[in-house]
Amino acid sequence: MNPYLPIIGLGVLAAGFAIFSVAASSMLGPKRYNRAKLDSYECGIQPTPQPIGGGKFPVKYYITAMLFIIFDIEIIFLFPWAVYFDSMKLFGLVEMVLFIATIFVAYAYVWRRGGLEWD
Amino acid sequence: MPTLPVASDHQLNAFGHDPWWVILIKVVLAFTILLVFTLFNIWLERRLVARMQNRLGPNVHGPFGLLQSLADGVKLMLKEDIVPRAADKVIYIAAPLLAAIPAFMAVAVIPFGPVVDVPFSDVTTPLQLTDLPVGVLYILAIASIGVYGIVLAGWSSGSTYSLLGALRSSAQVISYEVAMGLSLVAVFLYAGSMSTSGIVAAQSDWWFGVILFPSFVIYTISMVGETNRAPFDLAEAEGELVGGFHTEYSSIKFAFFFLAEYINMVTVSMLATTMFLGGWRAPWPLSLWDGANSGYWPVLWFLGKVMFFVFIFVWLRGTLPRLRYDQFMQFGWKWLIPGALIWTILVATVRAVTLEGPIDQRYLLGAAAAAVLVVVLLSFVGDDDSDDTAEKAEKRAARTGSDDDAFAGGYPVPPVREQESIRG
Repeated sequence: MNPYLPIIGLGVLAAGFAIFSVAASSMLGPKRYNRAKLDSYECGIQPTPQPIGGGKFPVKYYITAMLFIIFDIEIIFLFPWAVYFDSMKLFGLVEMVLFIATIFVAYAYVWRRGGLEWD
Repeated sequence: MPTLPVASDHQLNAFGHDPWWVILIKVVLAFTILLVFTLFNIWLERRLVARMQNRLGPNVHGPFGLLQSLADGVKLMLKEDIVPRAADKVIYIAAPLLAAIPAFMAVAVIPFGPVVDVPFSDVTTPLQLTDLPVGVLYILAIASIGVYGIVLAGWSSGSTYSLLGALRSSAQVISYEVAMGLSLVAVFLYAGSMSTSGIVAAQSDWWFGVILFPSFVIYTISMVGETNRAPFDLAEAEGELVGGFHTEYSSIKFAFFFLAEYINMVTVSMLATTMFLGGWRAPWPLSLWDGANSGYWPVLWFLGKVMFFVFIFVWLRGTLPRLRYDQFMQFGWKWLIPGALIWTILVATVRAVTLEGPIDQRYLLGAAAAAVLVVVLLSFVGDDDSDDTAEKAEKRAARTGSDDDAFAGGYPVPPVREQESIRG
């Protein structure tokens, strides 16, 4: 039998539970309209209107996301390499050190240019 | 082209032969264990933190207050479900589901015990829902989907606090996910397998938490960052961001974020147990007993080890103040990630040398772990930058010509002239 089948079973069960709970809550809970209640939360003042499609946010988060992709791809290469390391031995080690060194150059560059600083 | 031999002797033959009713029972059991564990952990955390703060904690509903979390859940269910006017309705409703469902699914490949007999039948089954050749990768992937729940919740709420909280939270989770992934590479290297049951099987002699101690430390730190828990709970820094990404959520939708957080806490603890503390294998004094690693006993050892990690989580929350965001991100990117990379190369070198030569790898690895430990300890010894601060203060005083040092303790303080004149 497909080993992925129980995972789908668990997912269906979790999804059923979650959707049922949300539906049940929307039926069981009270509904009293109040204009102020539906406003976004703000500390006692009129909420700042958000532009359509979300507000602006610091560019630092984009840099973090891009760095994450670089390192995540590195991890994706590292995992199978680690599993089959015993059959590659010294050859595998040298190859991976070369790869990590390449990534490390990019990492050092980002660090030097202040990409890892949060002001 | 030569095919690579399978690195591990461990095969996944035990999986995929269950009859449908066994799968059904195991699915429901795994789901129930997570739910009950969550309710129990919320209660446990409140009781423990209360004890650490000289309070009693919830003790009214049920024996020792055990039913408190259930009562809270029912109460949240019966509250009004508010959707703010500024919210993007579809995504706003989908986000908590997107956070909670993957949290449940991650437990599918966690091994709770060895192959056992199912009572009242002649079927044998491993105490694990299923296992994949890429088991741990599956957990990491599913855990990453939870980030979507956070980002979309913050984005769709249409509130500044939610958006900022979501951004902080996602940046934090993806940063610490890198460190987490890197810390696991050394384990795969030694286990020769990515399946969780294979990793447990590879720890029959030594726990990876012992021989790969630095990996264990990096994983433990990054799992706290990954789950947004104190002292790394910057996404919900009350003083800065109100509730973070779930500021606008109420009723059962809020409960699902809460549920997801606690399930994730249990999942990363289970993963830590599986990867580093020998999974369901009995700890040392118990392992002398022959029957300790067979039958249903291992479930007890496994849950005991998981509770140990949960206790660490609560202990951290009761003890440490929240970090500052820039310090937190710098710690992740400048210490944990390069540290994990260097340690991985070190482990690979040791492994390659032992495979080529006749040295026992345990001694080499033990020596490497000791060296890393010494370096880490040395970084705590020696002078901090207090001399430096005092020097700067002197210079500043000389420049401004006054004794008032606005940066006396290393952080800006307003001048207190009145006090001085009274004293003088």
